[in-house]
Amino acid sequence: MIRITDLHKSFDANAVLRGVDLHVPRGESMVIIGGSGTGKSVLLKCVLGLVKPDAGSIEVDGQDVTKVKRDAFLARFGMLFQGGALFDSLSVWQNVAFRLLRGPAKLPKAQAREVAIEKLRRVGLRPEVADQFPAELSGGMQKRVGLARAIAAEPEIIFFDEPTTGLDPIMAGVINELIREIVVEMGATAMTITHDMSSVRAIADKVAMLHGGKIRWTGPVGEMDATSDPYVQQFIHGRATGPIEAVR
Amino acid sequence: MNAVTRPLAHLGHAVLSALASLGRVSRFAGATLQHLVRPPFYWREFLHACLQIGWLSLPVVGMTAIFTGGALALQIYAGGSRFNAESVVPQIVALGITRELGPVLGALMVAARVASSIAAEIGTMKVTEQIDALTTLSTNPMKYLTVPRVLAATLSMPLLVAVGDALGIFGGYLVGINRLGFSASTYMSNTTGFLEFWDVGSGMVKGAVFGFIVALMGCYFGMNSGRGAQGVGGATKSAVVSASVLILASNYILTELFFAA
Repeated sequence: MIRITDLHKSFDANAVLRGVDLHVPRGESMVIIGGSGTGKSVLLKCVLGLVKPDAGSIEVDGQDVTKVKRDAFLARFGMLFQGGALFDSLSVWQNVAFRLLRGPAKLPKAQAREVAIEKLRRVGLRPEVADQFPAELSGGMQKRVGLARAIAAEPEIIFFDEPTTGLDPIMAGVINELIREIVVEMGATAMTITHDMSSVRAIADKVAMLHGGKIRWTGPVGEMDATSDPYVQQFIHGRATGPIEAVR
Repeated sequence: MNAVTRPLAHLGHAVLSALASLGRVSRFAGATLQHLVRPPFYWREFLHACLQIGWLSLPVVGMTAIFTGGALALQIYAGGSRFNAESVVPQIVALGITRELGPVLGALMVAARVASSIAAEIGTMKVTEQIDALTTLSTNPMKYLTVPRVLAATLSMPLLVAVGDALGIFGGYLVGINRLGFSASTYMSNTTGFLEFWDVGSGMVKGAVFGFIVALMGCYFGMNSGRGAQGVGGATKSAVVSASVLILASNYILTELFFAA
């Protein structure tokens, strides 16, 4: 479904992606792991067209993403941003129903609100939250609202950027379960980036490790622990010594 | 590089950098105008921007105008009395306020209030990935954030200038009748009899241009904000400074054009 080939991206002299090759089949949950600053978010943003790659290609269903009609293309995606990226000036339900209230598939306001409340319930939030503003919510609640917004229009492809960062372990567990349920129930293709190994084990079908601007290792989550790749071993066990330099 | 060529190199670098910035702002303005004429148009955002930029700027513009009108009356009286021309106070206050001080000082106050808040708001949205979120939700940030604000400022500013004109003249009137010994009826008849439509109209045209500049600078620097609190702070400062300088520069150019016409 998503095929990334020899993707390069530099910011001035900093070459972040140096030839990334990755294939994510339809309906699969791919988790990308890697240290901070290795370009995981940049990779997702390249797929969405938020960052323009310097070289390489990205295809979704065989179509080059630079040659598709942007609005229709983006309508197939949902994205949970690391900090939630909720719109401060809009209430919670208006955030969740943002796409439903605009564009060619626009719903009447009352219907969009109903869908938003249903999605909020889906992520474990009460209907009373709907009329609150993002600033009135805790970090975990904001993350769940972001998740509700990502799934509101029932996208085919969902990206999760650090879905559990900054959450307590229980809330992280709740979010992991929710993501897994949503991906399974909706049959969506998912790409998640995270440092959180419990999240990897809960969400992933397959895991890819990004290091040095390339995919260092990729394989089913069940094979991750058994791999002999020293980079993966150092990362998943959180060792300070190994081939990955602690000071980067 | 020696002591002679180094300053020249710095000067050249500064000129090139300024030209590049001008080019980027011009492209941004062009893109804004393109998006303005292409659907969709976000009415709710536009009306909200009209409230924020126009209605809520009334107090600051009004107070600026009324105090300026009063001070202007005193200064013109002081200057006029040197060649026995104290009686021209109502006419010069009206002319000064409507053609020059009303639009320019009003716009500078709006620049301080609005360009800063737009740059800070959009800059924060950029830093917190809200702009990226808009894009992923199939909403063009230029259409959703920039077009409503720029249009609202361009349409609101002439109205703010008109209100400022009235209050500025009123400030002069209060000082004229209470401090300078003018009779109320003489002051008003001298003002209304002297003013021509174009005196007010040219100020309102200036207001529209200044409104466009204020919102454009706020949006441009917000959209190009650097990372973190420092980035947003820098964007806010740049928006206010560049809007203020561009208001004063374009005021001179517009005045030259009106003067030549």
